[in-house]
Amino acid sequence: MWDSSTWIMISKGLLETVYMTLLSTFAAYVIGLPLGVLLVTSENSGILPIPKLNKVLNVIVNLLRSIPFLILLIAVMPVTRTLIGTTIGSTATVVPLVIAAAPFIARLVESSLQEVDKGVIEAAVSMGCSPFQIIRKVMLPESVPSLITGAAIATTTILGYSAMAGIVGGGGLGDIAIRYGYYRYQNDIMFITVALLVIVVQVAQEAGTGIARKRDKRKQS
Amino acid sequence: MDSKPVIKIEGLTKIFSGKTNEVKALENVNLTINRGDIFGIIGMSGAGKSTLVRCINYLEKPTGGRVVVDGVDLAGLNEKELRKVRQSMGMIFQQFNLLMQRTTIENITFPLEISGIDKKDALKRAEELLELVDLADKAEAYPSQLSGGQKQRIAIARALATNPKVLLCDEATSALDPNTTKSILSLLKDINSRLGITIVIITHEMSVVEQICSHVAIIDKSGIAEQGKVSEVFSHPKTHAAQRLVFPNGNKNERDIGSRCCRIVFDGSSSYEPVVARMILDCGAPVNIMFADMRDIDGKAFGQMVIQLPEDQLTSEKIINYLKERNLAVEEVFDHVG
Repeated sequence: MWDSSTWIMISKGLLETVYMTLLSTFAAYVIGLPLGVLLVTSENSGILPIPKLNKVLNVIVNLLRSIPFLILLIAVMPVTRTLIGTTIGSTATVVPLVIAAAPFIARLVESSLQEVDKGVIEAAVSMGCSPFQIIRKVMLPESVPSLITGAAIATTTILGYSAMAGIVGGGGLGDIAIRYGYYRYQNDIMFITVALLVIVVQVAQEAGTGIARKRDKRKQS
Repeated sequence: MDSKPVIKIEGLTKIFSGKTNEVKALENVNLTINRGDIFGIIGMSGAGKSTLVRCINYLEKPTGGRVVVDGVDLAGLNEKELRKVRQSMGMIFQQFNLLMQRTTIENITFPLEISGIDKKDALKRAEELLELVDLADKAEAYPSQLSGGQKQRIAIARALATNPKVLLCDEATSALDPNTTKSILSLLKDINSRLGITIVIITHEMSVVEQICSHVAIIDKSGIAEQGKVSEVFSHPKTHAAQRLVFPNGNKNERDIGSRCCRIVFDGSSSYEPVVARMILDCGAPVNIMFADMRDIDGKAFGQMVIQLPEDQLTSEKIINYLKERNLAVEEVFDHVG
């Protein structure tokens, strides 16, 4: 049974997993990054305080974060069908992944931006920066190392979620592991796919940590 | 230098209102700072001096009163106009507040970027400023590679980039050691005399005001206790708050002590023996210690001390004889300046 078609299937699964993860992470950042910025700036002590908006955003983020991914996966199926036309396959899985990851990323971004020294922001205000300039030229660039570390965490988390989508035919390595390993008791295939997942997570995490360390100019002497 | 007021503060009040209580940080503050002044604002911590300096560029919006900068009342400006005014005022901080992910030259070009100046011109200006603060060789270094004093020099260069009329210094030397403080202060003085920039210095250290300020305001309990030329305020402090700052160890106006001074030289007598204390007890007369520089080396006292003798001739002789008996070198000094 270890013929070439098995290997083709596994490598296709690997590609699908990478595709789902990267696309979802990117799309989730498109939503999560501005959301995280807003969470910080609209705070009472932020550079553009809008306490009411801040409260609403916090509730939405907490709400989405508290739904277990497996439930969300099934609950958003109607949305997925409207957007993609199907609920099966790796592209369809991107939709629940983005919905689950965006609020998580917003929190990661929020905590990264909060690390920026308040004094540096005050200095920027004293130089006549507009709030938008402060976000673009101070808060984001100053927290780049922390944002990259956060991105590595987000990517690996989304990778884990994407494997879970295999339960409902989401494609990728997780799908193969569940179909062959769980339903057909082919433990060897399950082992291979899990090993591949572990390797992908390792590579993503190491790369993220490495880039973050290289970009951080605070601790070089 | 003409003496047109560049900053005029009238009846300034700032109240921080929390959920349950209100804190009056400043109450009815009036100040006039003229062009070309180095104006010190000194006070104990908690007196409200940091709030005051932040009201000058509206980092804190006053609750009442007026802040007029170069004839413009800041209260009447919208956010955009306010940002323009802030660009005409540089500010430096105790913790330097440099952008850690930018090189020093990028830190200096930052305010120029903000005000929309061409990149090439900005770089040229930054290089000039690096030269001015004596750090031309550190252009490509990151702030984490610099010492505290170097960081503050970069912060000064950054604050000067947009050719401001005023430089606000918020405890700019408080995180630095005495030598670095001295060099930063002389840099500020140099900038003031060469570029004619008005400098406002917030500090809690008397020595800072003494070294470079032309004018001083003493802030105490949310208000200005006294202001004027440094020489006048420091030589004749009128208010209690001023006296406490100028004479932190109590007033030396006890009239029963005369002006005769004598120097005692300790060259190795036992430091276990409390000579001065015993002398005061034995002679029954108080002396004023004007100066003392002593070191205990292996239980022996080395150094010298200048004391002021009592007016009474007899007691003075008694003291001098007492010291001579203990084999200490005693000589009279006249017009001792501590």
